[in-house]
Amino acid sequence: MDMWIKVLYDMSANMILPTTAAFAIAAIGLNVHFGFTGLLNMGQAGFMLIGAYGFSVATIAGLPFWAATLVTIGAGTIFALLLGIPTLKLRGDYLAIVTIAAAEIVRMIGRASVLNSVTGGSNGLPGETYRNTFSALSPFPDGKTAILWFDFDNTGVNGWFIRIVAWSLVVIFAVLVWLLMRSPWGRVIKGIREDEDAVRSLGKNVFAFKMQALIIGGVLGAIGGMFYVLPTSVQPDALGRNMTFLIWTAMLLGGAATIWGPVLGSALFFALRIFIQGTVDILIPDAILNTQQTEQFSWIMVGVALMLLVIFRPQGILGDKKELNFNV
Amino acid sequence: MSNATKKTATEARAELKTVKQTPGASKPDAILVVDNVVRDFGGNRAVDVDHLEVQRGVITALIGPNGAGKTTFFNLITGFDQPSSAKKMFGGPSADKAAKWSFNGKLLGNTAAASVAKSGMVRTFQLTKALSRLTVMQNMLLGAKDQRGESFLAAFVKPLWAAQEKANIAKAEDLLKRFKLYEKKEDLAGSLSGGQKKLLEMARALMSDPVMIMLDEPMAGVNPALTQSLLGHIQSLRDEGTTVLFVEHDMHMVRHISDWVVVMAEGRVVAEGPADTVMSDQAVIDAYLGAHHDTDLGDDALLEEGAMDAPKKEKK
Amino acid sequence: MVNTALARRSSPMSLRVIFGVLLGLLVLSFTLGTGAPAAHAATSDVCVADAETGCFTGTIKGVGAGVKLTIDGNGLNVPAETDKDGKWNAAVTVAGLYTITLDEKTLPEGVTLKGDAVQERDITLGFVKATIFSVDGATGDGADNGPSQAEIAAEGFNWDRLAQQIVSGLRLGLLLALASIGLSLIYGTTGLSSFSHAEQVTLGGLLGYTFANVLGLNIFLTIVIVVILTGATGYIQDAVIWKPLRKKGLSLTQMIIVTIGLALALQYTFQMFYGASTVRILMKNPETFTIGPVTLTFESLWAMGLSVIVLILVGLFLLKTRTGRATRAVSDNPSLAAASGIDVDRIIRLVWVIATALAGLSGVMLGLVLNGINWQTGMQLLLLMFAAVTLGGLGTAFGALIGSLIIGMTVELANFVVPGDFKYATALLLLIVILLVRPQGIFGRKERIG
Repeated sequence: MDMWIKVLYDMSANMILPTTAAFAIAAIGLNVHFGFTGLLNMGQAGFMLIGAYGFSVATIAGLPFWAATLVTIGAGTIFALLLGIPTLKLRGDYLAIVTIAAAEIVRMIGRASVLNSVTGGSNGLPGETYRNTFSALSPFPDGKTAILWFDFDNTGVNGWFIRIVAWSLVVIFAVLVWLLMRSPWGRVIKGIREDEDAVRSLGKNVFAFKMQALIIGGVLGAIGGMFYVLPTSVQPDALGRNMTFLIWTAMLLGGAATIWGPVLGSALFFALRIFIQGTVDILIPDAILNTQQTEQFSWIMVGVALMLLVIFRPQGILGDKKELNFNV
Repeated sequence: MSNATKKTATEARAELKTVKQTPGASKPDAILVVDNVVRDFGGNRAVDVDHLEVQRGVITALIGPNGAGKTTFFNLITGFDQPSSAKKMFGGPSADKAAKWSFNGKLLGNTAAASVAKSGMVRTFQLTKALSRLTVMQNMLLGAKDQRGESFLAAFVKPLWAAQEKANIAKAEDLLKRFKLYEKKEDLAGSLSGGQKKLLEMARALMSDPVMIMLDEPMAGVNPALTQSLLGHIQSLRDEGTTVLFVEHDMHMVRHISDWVVVMAEGRVVAEGPADTVMSDQAVIDAYLGAHHDTDLGDDALLEEGAMDAPKKEKK
Repeated sequence: MVNTALARRSSPMSLRVIFGVLLGLLVLSFTLGTGAPAAHAATSDVCVADAETGCFTGTIKGVGAGVKLTIDGNGLNVPAETDKDGKWNAAVTVAGLYTITLDEKTLPEGVTLKGDAVQERDITLGFVKATIFSVDGATGDGADNGPSQAEIAAEGFNWDRLAQQIVSGLRLGLLLALASIGLSLIYGTTGLSSFSHAEQVTLGGLLGYTFANVLGLNIFLTIVIVVILTGATGYIQDAVIWKPLRKKGLSLTQMIIVTIGLALALQYTFQMFYGASTVRILMKNPETFTIGPVTLTFESLWAMGLSVIVLILVGLFLLKTRTGRATRAVSDNPSLAAASGIDVDRIIRLVWVIATALAGLSGVMLGLVLNGINWQTGMQLLLLMFAAVTLGGLGTAFGALIGSLIIGMTVELANFVVPGDFKYATALLLLIVILLVRPQGIFGRKERIG
């Protein structure tokens, strides 16, 4: 019985992790790209990595917290511009390929041994080197606090402070996206997703709108990346292609083109994966599947789940089937 | 918008009587002037128009057999395609040979589709592009121009655009009532019938108070009852001062409402004039019906070599 | 037309030709007796893997005898030492995770270790586990890919290096072409950009490991079996997944996401069955030969030769046979092809079989050439494949070939200009530039893009 309680505890703990919040922010960004505008961004992890490097490198170079945050946002914007300018006039497939390629390039540059002094090469940058400016902002006293069944540090690597900040940002960004999407700007974006030529014939500069959407989603990805690495460390391989695919799964699970879908999807996604792994671990003896293999098994389930989701329920949990547009 | 005193439609039509009925004739009050528009697809020259002027305030029809290049020409002047003769930064044709068009007195330098629409020339599509997953009202609101709420930063602050939105909604409701779509305003556009979608597209195009409206085969796939209604709408547009240019196949419609007809064949303008005279122009007949249209194909004399080569020139 | 079982799924003529040639190669290899390697453990190996023993082995090229290693774990501590060919091995009697440490002090003068001196490996009894340590500055024989990164940085340009890199580029390009042609044809006939194609390549390599290394079959027989098996997976995929989804009316975006999910699931399935570390297809250490300035392993030569033959066969199939022409027609314009009476579904099924079979072949040969394959090998090449296909023109087989050769060359020649870490990045950059300048690729047509 204890084992099941542990699984439940792990699930709930994973749901409120700061990395889950960061993931949710990146998912909200991807939703702006794909759910609302119809842009096939297959490199959201690249935006996260750019944001992570931007923040950490700037902080290590001595910049204060807010300046480093500005660098993060700037990096995300420039990356979006670089990606958008050649591809936004082409078909969706091409944006998908270019974004994957660009994300890989960022990862390879980050891993490169020649840049070891700046990016830490394949070992990355340890969290302690850039975490302090953020921790210094915490208004909480030292020590631990227990809320519900969780007992964490007030300000620490995984403490309440970063959780509160990260999840507050999730809510703030969701609300901001909601404001955007119900405005005339949002209407043009939804029209573009539907039929670009029609929107063009009404005098709207489609390219500019798509670029703005790309930048917004990209900056959200960068901020997500920044908060993803604050409690951990900057590891280029952790923010690679599989991360992008996981964000896609979470977004589709919760419901693309909805405001809270990406958030719900992210929280559920982490919980479910732990649940699957925990259950399989408990139920299936070690001789057949050891712990390492149950973890791999849970990832296989993620892949299968993504396939089933997009085939049988593309609108996810919160989505509206009539409204969902899946045409490239 | 034109600075000149607004002519009535009758005055505009009257002016047409003075125009020479030749291809490329100049018009007394041209709202659109195009020069040197050429479009090549590989080795095939689809459009080759030296000069064309469209009179302001009247209904002009662009007709021609299939493959004449009408829709291509239409796409070119509305910015949905680039002419092969366009001015290029490097290479490309010399200034006098380059494609040039001016609309409403201004030279249209940037001919991207959106800029063309912004300068007051709005088009519709042969296969209607009603945005299916948006409501009818949202479709209409998209048509309005100069919306402050469409700028990214202003979008967050509702008070900045709320008043404009209200005004646009009122305007949309008026247009919807006129086109008999008011009851459907909160329905998804995808749920409308084909004919209703056509009306929606026309209504949406009118939201921006265009100076000139370009209709791409407005009667395509429309039942006869709706045809009458559409014709009525188009005529009232002209009576209110909007210039109309449409591409059509349906000769009856053309004869019924157009003030001026431009005939294209094989990419060139072959004739211009009022509907009835254009129909009897030899060049038009040849283009539509073929040069041998009055040959009796049962005539055995045709089996001799060379009998079919020279088209007979007979007066109709 | 003879109605054999084969004819049901593809043109009998072309398949027979392909099988005939492969069979011929097999026979040829036996009669000539050169390079028909049986997959057995290296001759100087003391360790033999059986029910109670697992073997850790490795070759450190060019360091000669005397380099020491220790294998630690599960209560055991086993020492190992390289012989004159740089080969070492160690036997363990308990399965599990071990730490292999290379004692850098025992490396010869001027030789430094690239990467970590400490590696972890998971071993099961009855298996042989390779551990790769790379060094810089080794001067012995066995170096396959030419000078190391450090030497490249020091050396600069010279004709010999150019020749070596061109050949390496050609090799990579040919293997990439095998994988990319399928990708391009799948795109052309169905419009689907298949992100799981990389896993087909990995599958080929891992199956090659299973048959050649684990089961000990002859390498050519292995290749034939792998091609058949991977082709079968293509058949099954189209029958069970893609055709029903097409009939269901799924949009292309949804299908692309399905391939992504499939890719994820397959990658971790591979990891579950084969572990996370790199495995080798042939246990015998590769022998090399030198022509002028160029040094290659025999495996590379065979791989390149076989690729060329297969590519020519595929080209002949597409150009000369009726089914091949029908394939090109469908790839060009599916609705028009259907209207002219071509059975589009049958062609698509055939395309999936050919594409996956070619990818599997590419995977086995990559495993031979790179001397190791793991669950991620295909994934690392996926982008190169997309770059090649986009460069050549999405939907054209010939374009995929040319694009692959160009990408292969770019990757290997990039060594002259940028440090080794960036060679893949260069190819990707090339992709982005192509999209800027000529998005339809070399042979593609303009209408397809926007």
